[in-house]
Amino acid sequence: MSERSVPEGWEETVVRVLKKNDVSLVTYVPDNVLSRLIKLIEADDYFTVISPTREEEAIGIVAGAYMAGKRGIVLMQTSGFATIVNVLASLVCPYQLPVVVMVSERGTLGEFQLGQSIVCRTMRPVLQSLGMEHFAIQERNQVEFVVNGMIQQAFTTQAPATIILSPLLTKRAA
Amino acid sequence: MSNIEPNVTRETAALLNRTTLTQRLVAKLNSEEAVIGGIGFTNFDLWASGPRPQNFYMLGSMGLATSIALGVAVAQPNRKVFALDGDGSILMQLGSLGTVAATAPKNLAIVIWDNGAYHITGAQKTLTSFGTDIVAMARGAGLAQAYWAADEEHFDALVDKALTGDGPWLIAAKIDQQKPAGVTERDPVKIRTKFMNGIGVEA
Repeated sequence: MSERSVPEGWEETVVRVLKKNDVSLVTYVPDNVLSRLIKLIEADDYFTVISPTREEEAIGIVAGAYMAGKRGIVLMQTSGFATIVNVLASLVCPYQLPVVVMVSERGTLGEFQLGQSIVCRTMRPVLQSLGMEHFAIQERNQVEFVVNGMIQQAFTTQAPATIILSPLLTKRAA
Repeated sequence: MSNIEPNVTRETAALLNRTTLTQRLVAKLNSEEAVIGGIGFTNFDLWASGPRPQNFYMLGSMGLATSIALGVAVAQPNRKVFALDGDGSILMQLGSLGTVAATAPKNLAIVIWDNGAYHITGAQKTLTSFGTDIVAMARGAGLAQAYWAADEEHFDALVDKALTGDGPWLIAAKIDQQKPAGVTERDPVKIRTKFMNGIGVEA
């Protein structure tokens, strides 16, 4: 039991929940907050990992893989989300593709770049206008329930979902 | 003896026709190969080449045919996958060529129809009309097996190579500005479910 003495980080929980839901393809555009999660995923043979040049590509790859029978998730930062509106509106939503997106939220609660805070404010209005399911995780004890629920709902309702990682989860001291 | 001619350039390539080449390509698909048709006239001609359950028709998301095809290829490594797209489309998503090179799927071939124009919106010139060479850019992105089709027979030979040999491949054809032979039916969910069922995934 001694290995249990160190509490699991949110990243380990995400990895465990992805595996539990057969999500084995991860595409990402890097982000500092996601770097530990990306490191864990890249070190794990369970996952196929592709790091394309743009978030749109990352969405396209996961969309194609889903149709061919492999479940995936796309990791990105808020500024990247602002670049995928067209692919969400013209591919993911109308074709009813259960693309799961995990966004590390930058631009709020201590941001130092004005542009990041402005782009951050565009994310929720876009999600709402597209009618896309989304939830921002703020607490460590929400991670397992929310990530699991968002993934399962995406695949059972044939609809995309966006899991937002609030700075309250990723930046606040434990 | 290889019938691949690496020294054909956009300038020396014969001017071909998208409708004809699409039909020639589809006629060679005997093993339930997946085909992702990019936006516009590319997928109109794929549609016009006849119904195939393994065809996917992209109605928006300009530039992403190659990315979608890459996802299919990664998920089903034993199925050959073709992405068909236009010059204007791939110019929007050049990074995807590098992503394909880095991922190196053996079962993926990208076919680019290059008429030097955004034909569907009024034939405004694309960069390829001013000297940008998609095959050269593909090679620069790491796709060593990227070729211009010298003529119809050479196009056929390149497709045969893609069907039998390890990819990834990029085949570019310089095409005329003839209209496509049909118009795709625009029902996204129907397109998706037919495609999924066509490649063995219950939808």
